[in-house]
Amino acid sequence: MKNFRSKKGSVINEEETIKFSFDGNEFSGFKGDTLSSALLANGIHLVGRSFKYHRPRGILSAGSEEPNAIITFDRGEGKITPNVRATTLEIFNRLQSFSQNSYPNLKFDIGAFNNVFSIFFPAGFYNKTFMWPKSFWDKVYEPFIRNLAGLGPAPLSEDTDNYASCYGHCETLIIGSGPAGIAAALAASQTEGRVILVDEQSEIGGSLLSSSNKKIDNLSSEQWLSKALNTLKKSNNVKLMTRTTAIGYWHDNFVALSERLTDHLSQVPEGSAREQLHRIRARRVILAQGAIERPLVFNGNDRPGIMLSNAAQTYLNKYGVRVGDNISVFTSHDSAYETAFEMCDAKVNVSVIIDLRKEVNADLLAEANSRGIEVHLNSSISRTYGKLRINAFEVYSPIQNKKFIVKCDALIMSGGWTPSLHLWSHSKGSIKWDKSISAYIPDKANENVCCIGACNGNFGIEKALNEGNSVFNNNKKYVVQEQSFGSGVVLNTIPNYLKKEKQKAFVDFQNDVTEKDISLAVQEGFKSIEHVKRYTTNGMATDQGKTSNLNALEIASREVGRSIEKVGLTTFRPPYTPTTFGTFVGYRDKELFDPVRKTPIDDWAVTNSAVFEPVGLWRRARFFPKNKENMDQAVARECKSTRDSLGIFDASTLGKIEIVGPDATKFMNLMYSTSWTSLKVGNCRYGLMLGEDGYIYDDGVVARIADDRYHVTTTTGGAPRVFRHMEDYLQTEFNDLDVWLTSTTEQWAVIALNGPHARDILEPLIKDIDLSADSFPHMSIREGNICGIPTRLFRVSFTGELGFEINVPSNYGLALWKILMTEGAKYRITPYGTETMHVLRAEKGYIIVGQDTDGTVTPFDAGLGWAVAKKKKDFVGMRSLKRKDLVNGVRKQLVGLLTEDPLTVLAEGSQIVINPKQPKPMKMLGHVTSSYWSECLGKSIAMAVIEDGFNLMGTDIYIPMPEDTIKAKVCKPIFYDPEGKRIHV
Amino acid sequence: MLLIHCPYCNKKRPEVEFAYAGEAHIERPNGINQLTMTDEEWSNFMFIRNNIRGEHAERWWHNSGCNMFFNAIRNTQTDKFIMTYKMGENLPTEKQIKAAKK
Repeated sequence: MKNFRSKKGSVINEEETIKFSFDGNEFSGFKGDTLSSALLANGIHLVGRSFKYHRPRGILSAGSEEPNAIITFDRGEGKITPNVRATTLEIFNRLQSFSQNSYPNLKFDIGAFNNVFSIFFPAGFYNKTFMWPKSFWDKVYEPFIRNLAGLGPAPLSEDTDNYASCYGHCETLIIGSGPAGIAAALAASQTEGRVILVDEQSEIGGSLLSSSNKKIDNLSSEQWLSKALNTLKKSNNVKLMTRTTAIGYWHDNFVALSERLTDHLSQVPEGSAREQLHRIRARRVILAQGAIERPLVFNGNDRPGIMLSNAAQTYLNKYGVRVGDNISVFTSHDSAYETAFEMCDAKVNVSVIIDLRKEVNADLLAEANSRGIEVHLNSSISRTYGKLRINAFEVYSPIQNKKFIVKCDALIMSGGWTPSLHLWSHSKGSIKWDKSISAYIPDKANENVCCIGACNGNFGIEKALNEGNSVFNNNKKYVVQEQSFGSGVVLNTIPNYLKKEKQKAFVDFQNDVTEKDISLAVQEGFKSIEHVKRYTTNGMATDQGKTSNLNALEIASREVGRSIEKVGLTTFRPPYTPTTFGTFVGYRDKELFDPVRKTPIDDWAVTNSAVFEPVGLWRRARFFPKNKENMDQAVARECKSTRDSLGIFDASTLGKIEIVGPDATKFMNLMYSTSWTSLKVGNCRYGLMLGEDGYIYDDGVVARIADDRYHVTTTTGGAPRVFRHMEDYLQTEFNDLDVWLTSTTEQWAVIALNGPHARDILEPLIKDIDLSADSFPHMSIREGNICGIPTRLFRVSFTGELGFEINVPSNYGLALWKILMTEGAKYRITPYGTETMHVLRAEKGYIIVGQDTDGTVTPFDAGLGWAVAKKKKDFVGMRSLKRKDLVNGVRKQLVGLLTEDPLTVLAEGSQIVINPKQPKPMKMLGHVTSSYWSECLGKSIAMAVIEDGFNLMGTDIYIPMPEDTIKAKVCKPIFYDPEGKRIHV
Repeated sequence: MLLIHCPYCNKKRPEVEFAYAGEAHIERPNGINQLTMTDEEWSNFMFIRNNIRGEHAERWWHNSGCNMFFNAIRNTQTDKFIMTYKMGENLPTEKQIKAAKK
């Protein structure tokens, strides 16, 4: 195979040959090559098919702005990465890479029929076509679009790599290590502060690596760079980071860096992280991101072999690769001449320069002449030829109306330069239009940040170096011998004798957006650039329009007939380049993704085959199946055993807050609708907490431990917000009160014993508390010891049975649970989970806040009016309860439901109507909030909120379901032991 | 991610330690005054907020830090904090806000 290596590239190590494959074919390159430079060195330009029309595409650029050369690389099972830019992927031995978007292969691709029919795929094609009939949406259109959508194949197996993350701090963060960034780093290294210099490429140097024949302070650019690098490496306060992309810039100089650690290695060290996310907080950020060359938007500009002039220069000088043997140039900017001259000087044949401008600097023309390059001014390219790679183009001279054909194997183009404003825009810095370079440049900073060099619109190495240096008020002046960067014009239309409809001039190569599409969008009424972008999808591909945004803007501005400043620029958003999910996840993967909050008794539940469910952040045992029981069978057994004998339940997740201080009672009276003044020490009371809006916020049993001390319990899920709610009022509204709040949720393990034998099991274990019904009645608390463990023993019940809740310090929870399991054997003690707890409480009509209430339920709606104190002068929610709507309006009220067929269990959440024969849409009166099979009652039970429910007692209502309509009767929401005899034994 | 100055810790801390807690300087009427308020007046207190575009006085909570609520002047357009101050201190005057910007 022919070798296109012309000279020694600045980053190439020719001693080390690298073998790699592309689409199954073996190639070789050198250490330092990217996949694109190595392919070009082997004469390969065709690397992919375009997204929409499946047109053959080549390599357009030499950097992260690449829209075309998007490939997949495969490092084995679970290590397949799609949509990687070949221009940034470093090759390594045994690298396997594949083109995308082509079937059966790159050279013959069936999808290319889209190209033939491209006239049918204009802007907004999908929006216009897939509208009707509606029945086609999910059956036909969606599968079709899904099949077309996306670039590379999504990996099917789990990502087996590790990812890391860390924080970092510095005084100066410099992003971009071209001449501007290096000069800034050299100046910063002489200050006190820490400096981080970041570059996305494998080497420090930026454009210095791509240029030749430059002299900086009388040294060759290569020598100067290695001297500068030495100085920086020796500076203790400077950290150099390569292969690191600044992906986003947020408030107060918070910058995220994604460092690629192993993607360039053939042997990945065991256990090494693949990528690391650095979250950097910098005092000052210096952006030296450079500029991106703009393609020219002309008919047939997307053929393989057509690339940016700066890219060709980079392949030549950085990698030593010529992009063809017979090269032509198409330009509207002086900078392409430099590339042409360097090519010539490297003995590459450059035949013609087609320049759109009428006049060009005489020195450039003379230099071209001396190298034997023909220059055609005031000329354009009207057509290109070549199926899988350009082989000729047609030159068109609009003045003379003359056409002729030029043969070539590569065409390099330059449409001027676009300063990279991405991170500047992330930081919300404003931008302004600079007419002289036809580009936006930075205006006012919003953070402690500045832009230097080409990204600030100052082109050329000397300007970049001196601007970098001047950031630190350094007096030094760099002197560079270089060809002047020159100037150019930006045209919003390229002359062509062909009608616009006959042309295919691509603006966004990756999303296949043509000039026509943008014109069409404007014609159809999309005047705002943000709308044009979304309608045409220009700039919405993975390259985010790095090469296309300004060209699209020029065309839109021409079509709208307004100046470009008036049309505005679309918003840049992080990340700067596509970033793996792994980088964002970092260490927070698998069990660390969302750490499980476990109770002290969790281990026992695991060994005893509990089925768990998440409740808030907690993991709770839902039921304990025995002998292959399903949930319903297990719950039925657990319910029955508890009511018949004894059940044990892990209630440790219950929220707990200790409220202490001389004003504790005053505070409690303000925070709860319940009154606390009369609660005696040693007694408990049901506490109902309202929001200031009068709706139920939380509930729980509260024990008075001492005159100035309450043990408050909250719902499991509500604990954090109740604590916050209390702190808020205490700090901001009731701040004259002397009260302290402490969250004690995790300090106590709580074991609930329920059932007729609850007292029997405890009596031998507790010596210092009289457990008899007379001295320790329902709703009271005693402090003492159980098996020598200090305890706060509650006599409370959430089941309607005789019940105790044993609070012990968390560390003793598991030990006590085990003792109780052993001691309880003679009472057939049965561990039960949250599901049984729900059934047992529903049989008694006890509500669960958030299930039977939804934030619009008042205590009166829930039948808990008795828990609202009448005599209190103030409490949170008091005034809202007196609002006319709440007092007089028709309210949804909590009632019970019994289905006509006792075996039918209603679906929670199902809607309720009074007359199932009414026309649709039916008037819905409310919905089912809780519904269970009650094994103890031998029938289904349910609770529901129904409009005017209290007045509907005994009425039949209906629950229309897809299969049939279920009939049920409204009743009081208490189904079991309504007199409460069992609880008081 | 913003850096927020907690006036109780007297330290700048990252935004993740804090939670927003609504508009500041809305005083809850006490129980006696509540009774003389019309439903409309009560609704205004409960639900109507300024929703300012620009410099906004608002409450923040240092929930993953010292657990204290405090007030801040923040520009809702730029997201920038201009100043923070302790609960109970008066709404800063325009002059004070101007001085804090420097």
